[in-house]
Amino acid sequence: MSEHAILALGSIVMAGLTMAIGAVGAAFGESRIGAAGMDALARQPDESGSITRTQFVALAMVESTAIFCLVIALVLLFANPFVTGG
Amino acid sequence: MRPEIFDEPVLLWLGPVPITPTMLTSLATTATLLVVFGVVARAVVHHPAGRLAAVGRLTHGFIRGLVTEVVGRPAPGLEIFAGSLFLFIAGAALLGQLPGLAAPTANLGAASALAVLVFLAVPVVGIRSRGPLGYLRHYLRPNPLLFPLHVISEVSRTLALALRLFGNMMSGHLVVGLIVALVGLIVPIPLMLLDLLIGLLQAYIFTILSSVYIGAAIQVGQGVENE
Repeated sequence: MSEHAILALGSIVMAGLTMAIGAVGAAFGESRIGAAGMDALARQPDESGSITRTQFVALAMVESTAIFCLVIALVLLFANPFVTGG
Repeated sequence: MRPEIFDEPVLLWLGPVPITPTMLTSLATTATLLVVFGVVARAVVHHPAGRLAAVGRLTHGFIRGLVTEVVGRPAPGLEIFAGSLFLFIAGAALLGQLPGLAAPTANLGAASALAVLVFLAVPVVGIRSRGPLGYLRHYLRPNPLLFPLHVISEVSRTLALALRLFGNMMSGHLVVGLIVALVGLIVPIPLMLLDLLIGLLQAYIFTILSSVYIGAAIQVGQGVENE
């Protein structure tokens, strides 16, 4: 196998692994946010507006870690400086 | 398939300056916002009871409530800055829903430009509310050993702000594009709705986070008389 092929293979495998492991973390965090939000909603239904708003903000911030992984995976696939010609 | 994610085609050269689609779409967003809110502002002055005036008041009230909640007291300058950010990013997300167009914030350069604006606004606001020495002193507290950590946190949060906006806006289009390539007509519609929701949510989050960062720089100067 040539050096170029090894680099390309490694990039593709690592892109998949990056996305998989990154998504596990974000999914776990988002599930905890969802559970905590529902718990708070059941305890204090009057505060539903404020709870939902903060919950959405927290969800989007946790989700951004998965988005960072996506960006890194896309860099590995489409903008990899070590694999010339993509 | 090699989608254009990190770089984009140059439409034409204006002398040495390349004109890219992102520049045109962000110009279009800015121009549309200027026209729409120029009309709204005129309506607030001339027809205070009309519907357009209500739109203007509701928008202003929303942004004022957001900033006041984050900073803890009214901050008119920050309202203008955060409101401009919110309206630009939300307008860009809406523009990206038009067929054939991508949101300008789905480009890494445009998203980074917005994040760099926030990065530069923090010391400006801090120095204005506390003076240069007072602002620089907060880097050395609680301990001078923490100076590198302060600097790293300022840079890394700017990077996170840019990448979060860029990644969210770009991934929405990417997912819709993949689904269209795989199945075609009806199936992508829920994902396009999700893309729209995420775009507006990202505008809200970008605004809240930049208000938090700038509000922290203002609150460094609490107890000092400032505007």
